Amino acid sequence: MSLLEIRDLKITFGGLDALSGLNFHVDEGEIVSVIGPNGAGKTTFFNAISGLVPPTEGEIEFEGESIVGLDPSIVTSLGIARTFQNVRLFPNMTILENVMVAQHCRTNQLLVGALLQTKAFKKEEREIRERAEEVLGFFGHRLVGYRMDQPAFALSYANRRRLEIARAMATQPRMLLLDEPVAGMNPIETAELTELIGRLRTEWGFTIVVIEHDMKVVRDVSDRVVVLDHGVPIAQGSYDEVSTDPNVIEAYLGRPVEAAS
Amino acid sequence: MSAHAVSTKSARGLVAVDRFLTFIRVFLVTMIVVGILAFIWQQIDADNVFARWRNPNARGLTGDQFKGLLISGLSQGSMYGLIALGYSMVYGVLGFINFAHGEVFMVGAMTGFIASDKFQANGMWEQNFLLCLVLIVLMAIFFSTFTAVVMERVAYRPLRNSPRLIPLITSIGVSFFIQNLVLGLFGPASKSYPRLPEWLAKQRSILTFEIAGTRLMVLVVAAVSMAILWYVVERTKTGRAMRAVAEDKEIASLMGIDVNRTIVTTFAIGGAMAGVGGILWGLMFRSVTHMTGFLPGVKAFTSAVVGGIGNMGGAMAGGISLGSAESIAPMLILEPLGVPGVSQLKDAVAFTVLVLVLLFKPSGLFGERLSSEDRA
Amino acid sequence: MSVIAAPVPSSILDQDWRKVLRWGLICGGALIAMCLVGMPVEMDRRAIIERYLSLGYLTVLFIPVLVGWVASTQVVLEGVEARKQGPFDLVTGFVVGAIGGGFLALLMVALDSWNLRDPLVNWSPKLFRFLTYENGMGFGAVAWIVTGAVLGLVGASFHIVPRTVRRVTSFVVFGLISLSILESLIDDLSEGFRLEWLDEFMFAKKGGLTVTSTIVIGAAIGVLSLVTDGRMKAATERYRNMEGVERQKTSIVLFVVIAVLCGVLPMFLGKIMNELLANVGLFLLLALGLNIVVGLAGLLDLGYVAFFAVGGYTTAVLTSPNSPWFAPELHFGIALIFVVIFATITGLVIGAPVIRMRGDYLAIVTLGFGEIIRLLFMSDWLGPYFGGAQGVTNIPGVDLGFATVKGTDPRSVFYLVLFFCAIAIYVSWRLQASRLGRAWMAIREDEQVAEAMGINTVSAKLMAFVVGAVLASFSGAVLAAKVGSVFPTSFMILVSIIILVVVIVGGMGNIAGVMVGSFVLIGVLGGPKQPGLLQEFQNFKLLIYGLLLVFMMLKRPEGLVPSARRSRELHQEEFLQDAWLQDDKLDSDDEVSVGDGGAEEQ
Repeated sequence: MSLLEIRDLKITFGGLDALSGLNFHVDEGEIVSVIGPNGAGKTTFFNAISGLVPPTEGEIEFEGESIVGLDPSIVTSLGIARTFQNVRLFPNMTILENVMVAQHCRTNQLLVGALLQTKAFKKEEREIRERAEEVLGFFGHRLVGYRMDQPAFALSYANRRRLEIARAMATQPRMLLLDEPVAGMNPIETAELTELIGRLRTEWGFTIVVIEHDMKVVRDVSDRVVVLDHGVPIAQGSYDEVSTDPNVIEAYLGRPVEAAS
Repeated sequence: MSAHAVSTKSARGLVAVDRFLTFIRVFLVTMIVVGILAFIWQQIDADNVFARWRNPNARGLTGDQFKGLLISGLSQGSMYGLIALGYSMVYGVLGFINFAHGEVFMVGAMTGFIASDKFQANGMWEQNFLLCLVLIVLMAIFFSTFTAVVMERVAYRPLRNSPRLIPLITSIGVSFFIQNLVLGLFGPASKSYPRLPEWLAKQRSILTFEIAGTRLMVLVVAAVSMAILWYVVERTKTGRAMRAVAEDKEIASLMGIDVNRTIVTTFAIGGAMAGVGGILWGLMFRSVTHMTGFLPGVKAFTSAVVGGIGNMGGAMAGGISLGSAESIAPMLILEPLGVPGVSQLKDAVAFTVLVLVLLFKPSGLFGERLSSEDRA
Repeated sequence: MSVIAAPVPSSILDQDWRKVLRWGLICGGALIAMCLVGMPVEMDRRAIIERYLSLGYLTVLFIPVLVGWVASTQVVLEGVEARKQGPFDLVTGFVVGAIGGGFLALLMVALDSWNLRDPLVNWSPKLFRFLTYENGMGFGAVAWIVTGAVLGLVGASFHIVPRTVRRVTSFVVFGLISLSILESLIDDLSEGFRLEWLDEFMFAKKGGLTVTSTIVIGAAIGVLSLVTDGRMKAATERYRNMEGVERQKTSIVLFVVIAVLCGVLPMFLGKIMNELLANVGLFLLLALGLNIVVGLAGLLDLGYVAFFAVGGYTTAVLTSPNSPWFAPELHFGIALIFVVIFATITGLVIGAPVIRMRGDYLAIVTLGFGEIIRLLFMSDWLGPYFGGAQGVTNIPGVDLGFATVKGTDPRSVFYLVLFFCAIAIYVSWRLQASRLGRAWMAIREDEQVAEAMGINTVSAKLMAFVVGAVLASFSGAVLAAKVGSVFPTSFMILVSIIILVVVIVGGMGNIAGVMVGSFVLIGVLGGPKQPGLLQEFQNFKLLIYGLLLVFMMLKRPEGLVPSARRSRELHQEEFLQDAWLQDDKLDSDDEVSVGDGGAEEQ
C-alpha cells in the first residue's frame, strides 16, 4: 500500500482549473520530485494535501484514510509536514521557539500543567527542548548555540530555509513536503542541502515529496519525477526517462516553431 | 500511535466548536421563525394558546402601525447607509475599519446644530428655510470632509503599511479624541435643533403611507446624495481612479494614478456623505451630543458588513435593511416571544444582525469588493 | 557607501518658510484648542510651584517648547550626513513659538470683542483673565508672543546644547513636575512615616512646591542625574544580557522587593491613597487579562468589559441579600467559584462565534457583544433578575475570618486586589513560556502557518479568551465587593477602551509594561469614573487617553516598556538593517563552514 494516494484530484479557482485529474501516489520511503513550469499548479498541489485548499473533486488518502476536508492542523498531526515556497517562519519568535512550537501536536500540556508546574509539564518542556535542539543540530552548527535565541527574521536567507525544514521535521512527520527547498541558495549551499535531503530519508526515515526547479537537485535526490503542466501530469518516471520525454521538453521550452504552424 | 490519539482529540475540539456554532445558528433562526409565526398567529387571533402562554397582553400591530415602523426604519436606515458608505469605501481602499468615521458624522450633526441655531436666532430659519437647509448642509459637508481628510493625513497615512490592527487601534484613539474634543468645546448638554417649519414637517399621505414630512425629506435627500455619489464613482475619472486603487494600489500607481490623492478623495467623499447624514439625523431626532456618533457609527459599520464591505450599493442596501430590521424586529419577533420592554433592545437587535450575517454569510448579502491583498 | 552632506543653509534666514508656517499653525491651533476646551483655566487651580506656576500655565507653556523642538528636528535621510545644528534651527523654533503666541494674542482679542459663549462653553472672561495674567490686553498680547518665541527657542535649543545639559535639564524639570504631581501621595506618606517636617518643607500650604524646595530639590535632582549618568542604562543592559539562571535570580530578587514594597507601603498610606492604589490594582488586573488576549494571542477584544460585568454581577447576585430574584447570600469565596465558571462559559460563548473571523471584524463584533451584555443587564427583560438600571446593591464585603474586606476600608481592598494581581501576573508569566503561550505567539505571527504546523488555532484562541475572561471576572468580583453595588453603567464600552489604552501605552505583551501603564494612567489620570492623582484632569482624561492612543500608535507602538519581542516586530525593518550590517561577519563565518562541508564531500 502506498503512503499517499491521490485520485482524480481537481481544484478550481473561480472557474479556472488549477489542477485537474491528478493521479499520484507516494510509497513509503520514496523521494518524489514534482516539477513543472511556473503556474503548473505545484504549490496548489501541496496546499491541497496539507489541507489549506479544499479540493473541488477527488480523493486524497494518507495511510489508507481519507484526509480530504480535514483541518491543516489535523493533517499535520497525522504526519504530513510541509515548508513554504516563500519561507513563512514566525519571524519574531526565536529560532528555538520556532522549532518548539512545531511540536504542538505531539505534546499535550495545557493550562493546568503550566500553572502548577507539574512534573509532567517540566518533563515535557525538557523533551520539547531536547527534540528541538536535536532537529536544529541536523543542520550543523548554524542554527544552534547563540543563534537559538535570535529572532528568526535575523537569519540569512539560506538559514531561514534550513530553519523551515527543521520546523517541519519537529512536527515528527512521516512525510515531508518541501516546496522549493533550495530556491535562492548558492551552488555550495544547494549541494549541501541536496545531501541533507538524502540523509532525511536514511537517518530520519521520512518519505519526501519535493517541488524543485533546480534540475541538478532533482536528478540527485529523486527516485521518481512527476511533471505537471497546467494542472495536468504530463509525465512520470525516473529522472532520465522524464528528461528525455518530448512532452516535458515541450512544456518547458514551448512547441518548436514548425510543429506549431 | 500517540500521533493518532492526539489528532482525534484535537479533531474533537474543532467539532465541538463547530457544533456549538451550528447550535447558535439553528437557535437564532428558530427564534426568528417562531417569533414571526407567533406574530402572524397573534394577528389572526390575539387570544391564541401561544400568546396566552408567552405574552397575554399583546395586541399585535395595526396596518398603519406597521407601515409607520417601516417608514421610520427606512428613513433611519437610509442615514445608516449614508454613513456606511464611508466605512465601506475606506475599507475597500485601505482594508481597515475607520472606527472614527462615526465622529465625522457627529461633527456634521454638530456643525448643523450650530449653524441652524444661529439662523433661527436671526429669524432666517422660518423665512427662508430651503436656503438655510442648503447652507447648513454645505457647512456640514465642509466640516465633516475637513475632519475626515485631516484624520487621514495625520493619523492614517503614516500607518499605511503597518499590520492591520494598528490603524484600527489608532482610529479608536482618534474617535475618542474627537468625541472628547467636541465635549470640551461645546459642553456635555444635549443640543436641540430648531423645529422644522410646519409646511415641511406636516404629515402627508403617499400611497396609503402616512409619512411625516421630515422623514420624507430624509429619504429624498439620501436618495439624491446616493445618486450623486453613484455618478461620481461610476462615471468620472476620480471614480475610476478610486476603483483602481481599491483593486490594487501598486498597479494603480504604476498606471499613473496618484494613490495618495485618491485615498484623500475617498475619505473626503465618505466624510461628505457622513456630513449629510449628520444633518438629516439632527433634523429628524432634533438632538445632538458628543456621543451621537458612536452608536450610529457602529451600526453603519454593521450595515456596511451586511451589504458586503467595499460594495457601495451594498452599503446603502445594508443600511436600509438594518434600519428596517431594528425598527420592526423587536415588535415582530421579540414581543410575540414575550420579551418585555422590547424597544430598549433595538440596539441589541442591530448587533445580533451583525453576528448573524457574519455567521451565515461573512461576505455580506451583496458580496465583498476588496483589493487582492485584503481578500484573505 | 558614499555619504552626501545635507545642504547647509546660506544664512539663518534661509528657512523653509512653508514648513515654519505649518508648524506655527500647528502650535497655535493646539494652543487655541486647549484654551477653548477649558484645560488651562480648570487646571489653573492646581499649583506646581506655589503661586508662581500653576498646572494650567504649565500645560500652555509646554506646547511651544514641544512644537519648537519638533519643528527644528532635522529630517535625517538614509545616506545623507546630518547637518550640524546651530543658530539656524534656533530661528525656526523662535518663529514657530512666536506664531503660536501670536495665535493666543489673537484669541485674546477675539475674546474681548465677541461673545461666542453660545456654542463654545469655555469662551469666558475667566479665560481672558487667565490669558492676560489679570493685566490689560496689550500686555497680555505682547507677553504671549514673547513667551511663545522664547519657549520655541528653548525647545529648539535642545538640539544644540551638549547632551549633559539636556539630560540634567530634562531630569530636573520632569523630576520637579512629578514630585509636584505626587504631592498628595507624598503628603500621605510623610504623615504615615512621621516625617511631617519634610512635607512642610516641600510643599506650600495652598499646594505646590515652595520656592526654596524647588531650588534645593532641583539642584539635588541635577546632581543625581549627573552621578547616575549612564549607569541606569548599563544596569538594564546588564540585566538584559544575563544568562538564564542568573537572570531568573535577579528577576526573583526584583520581584520580592516589589512585592514587599506593595505589602508594606499601604500601611503608611491614608484612605484616599489606598483607594487610589486599589483602583490601580483593579485596572491592572483587567489589563493583565487583556494583555493575554491582545498582547499574546493578538485578538483585539473590544468587548472585554463584558467579562468584567459577568464577574461583578455574579458576585452581586450570589452574595447580596438585595438581589431581586435569587439571593443565596453565599460567601465571597464560594461565589468566586461560580464567577470562574460563568466567566468561562461567557468566554466560550462569546469566543466561539468570533474566533474564525478576521481580526478587525472580531474587534467590532466583540464590541457589539460588550454592548449587548450591558443593554441586557439594563433592560426590562432581565430587570427582574438583575435589577435593571437600579442594579444590585448592598453587596457585603469579603469576610476572611480575621478581617473583612470592605469598600470603607480601602487598605483591605488593596490587599485583596494585590492577591488577585499576583495570581494574574503568575498566570501570564507561566503561560508565556509554555506550550500554549508559544502557540498563541505563533498564531499572532501567522495564523495560517501556525495551523499548518499542527496548532489547533481554534482551541488555542478560545483558551486565550477564557483565560482573559476569568482574570477580568476576578476584577469584576472585587469591584462588586469593594463598591457594594453594581450598575449597568459601571460596565460601559469606555472601560474596554481605557484598558486597551493602558495595555498599549504600557507595552503590549509585556507584564512590566502593563504594570507601568496602569500606574501611570490610572494612578495619575484616573479610570473611567475613578479620579487619579491629578483630579484636575478629570474632565480631560478621556481626551488625553485618545490622544495618547494615537500618539503611541504613530510614534511608539511598542509602548513605554516594550517587550523585546514586540519592539522587534514593530521595527523589523530597522532591526533587519542593523542585523544585516552586523551579519557581514556572521555570513562570512557561514561561508567558511559551507566551504568546509564541500571540501569534505570531495
